[in-house]
Amino acid sequence: MATVDEKQVVQTDQETIVKVEDLKKYFPIKGGILKRTIGHVKAVDGVTFDIKKGETLGIVGESGSGKSTLGRMILRLLEPTEGKILFQENDITHLKNHKMRPIRKDMQIIFQDPFASLNTKMSVEQLIEEPLLIQTNMTKKERKEKVKELLEKVGLRASDRLKYPHEFSGGQRQRISIARALAINPKFVIADEAVSALDVSIQAQVLNLMSDLQEDFGLTYLFISHDLSVVKHISDRVGVMYLGRLAEIAPKKDIYENPLHPYTQALLSSIPDTDVDRERETVHLEGDLPSPSNPPSGCAFRTRCPMAHERCAVDRPELQHMGEGHYVACHLYDE
Amino acid sequence: MEIETLKTPNTNPEYSEQEGKSKSPYQLALRRFMKNKLAVIGVITMVIIIVMSFSAPLLTDHNPTQTNMLMIEQPPSSEHILGTDGSGRDNWARLLYGSRVSLVVGFSAMFFTLIIGVILGSLSGYYKGFVDSLIMRATDLVLALPFLVLALTVMSLVENITVTLFVTIIALVSWPTLTRIIRGSFLSLREQEFVLGAKAIGASDMRIVFRHMIPNAIGPIVVNATLMVAIMIIAEAGLSFIGMGIPQPQPTWGNMLNEALSVRILRHHWYTWIPPGVCILVTVLAINFIGDGLRDAFDPKSNQR
Repeated sequence: MATVDEKQVVQTDQETIVKVEDLKKYFPIKGGILKRTIGHVKAVDGVTFDIKKGETLGIVGESGSGKSTLGRMILRLLEPTEGKILFQENDITHLKNHKMRPIRKDMQIIFQDPFASLNTKMSVEQLIEEPLLIQTNMTKKERKEKVKELLEKVGLRASDRLKYPHEFSGGQRQRISIARALAINPKFVIADEAVSALDVSIQAQVLNLMSDLQEDFGLTYLFISHDLSVVKHISDRVGVMYLGRLAEIAPKKDIYENPLHPYTQALLSSIPDTDVDRERETVHLEGDLPSPSNPPSGCAFRTRCPMAHERCAVDRPELQHMGEGHYVACHLYDE
Repeated sequence: MEIETLKTPNTNPEYSEQEGKSKSPYQLALRRFMKNKLAVIGVITMVIIIVMSFSAPLLTDHNPTQTNMLMIEQPPSSEHILGTDGSGRDNWARLLYGSRVSLVVGFSAMFFTLIIGVILGSLSGYYKGFVDSLIMRATDLVLALPFLVLALTVMSLVENITVTLFVTIIALVSWPTLTRIIRGSFLSLREQEFVLGAKAIGASDMRIVFRHMIPNAIGPIVVNATLMVAIMIIAEAGLSFIGMGIPQPQPTWGNMLNEALSVRILRHHWYTWIPPGVCILVTVLAINFIGDGLRDAFDPKSNQR
């Protein structure tokens, strides 16, 4: 029990825990008889941001915008093509597997599909115990105790530990995933579409659970989702991704009340509104997300942007500071 | 779509209140297997054959290699239940002792193949890249060898063919199939979220392979290993039949059939060749039924039940 209580201090100082600099991931496309690389899918194409200790950074974007690839790269589950990842001020971009192993104690991931992210051949106890077995020197008895404690923490019963994943519903499985991720008291957790596969009512439960655990454990979240409402519910800051790039990143309030990037504006106006009387300016996007293997020149969004002008086809807009931590990558705001 | 705050920790109606009756995926597979009548018949048949093979000395007083020139080609009698062969050896004793060779060859060749297949298949599917290309080219090479010609060559070069040598040879040409199957499962498993999850908690490669990937590839591995036993038994029988397998006087089902190369025996001495033929047929059928049963039992689609 003691280990949990010690962590209860919520970090308020603005210490950076994760810093990502110009991160890129290009997947090669092989073709032809000789299987040569004939092109690249630019899944993540130059993303820079940092995450402060104790905060929740939400990342939103359509499918194919590179959100998940980004998350997996930060945990080094995918090798970045270029760029830098700093975790607690250490460069982990090129660490070898065995050097990475002790660092993994502090960073965890919760995946989208609760049916694919748990090994179905292991019991709940084995699943939650595994990180403890690998990362700590706890005795068998201590581990069993910790498993019970964790299960209760995530709203399951201690007696559930002897069951197997197939005996649980999606929401319960996601709770097991959370217990497993939190077993070794990580500092930083990536939630990769962690509630997208769940029913709305269950989503709320799991989100609230995650918020509660954030307070209890002093966690920092990177919350990846395509669902703007979910991100709004849980995040402190929100980053909007489009075709492997960050279009805008700002404190939650600014993003939702004063979106600057035309893409963010379009996304927000696509949320169905329950208030019929409210005057709403709607922006409709035409067409589909362009192929990340052949992104448009200049600004990636220009093909669908209602405000695009000549410059957008030539120069790629960089993130610029608009005040109060609000960054936007759009030529409309150039001086 | 604003999310309401729900404080209740667990409201799932399906949340089972019963405790302590949970079944592991393996127990579920076993239960599905036991529901398959043919597979259960296969298991029972195999148990009978194995028991008979082990208790051969109790079931016959005759020595299977003891020749008796005064008693050649005797028809069945109370002394010789299945008569005697061309050298006066008791057919019933040879059938019982012969099953040992068939079973030993079948199971040990499967075992060797399994070890080679699991090691090479895991390396290949888990590490991909150069290791994979190397192993896959090796399997291509071995698959390109005509089994029969290779076996015949080795058998005719070696003076004294022992069971060990025989098993080694057939295992060395049979591993590519299993290797490829395991590699295939591993290639798809390594991209799955639970494997990424294991990597994220810092699990070693060994742990990922043995604790996460092999248990999830167990279905195809077990099914193919089972069917491999049947293939090995047929290979032994076939080679012994043409006189290129385990040499006389050691009895095997295959070299008992070898007697039937003579048309006279084929026509008039059914008791010499029908029993070993039926034994091979029954054993192989039983194993194939077990294999099919295992395939259904491990089918991931029925995992939810």
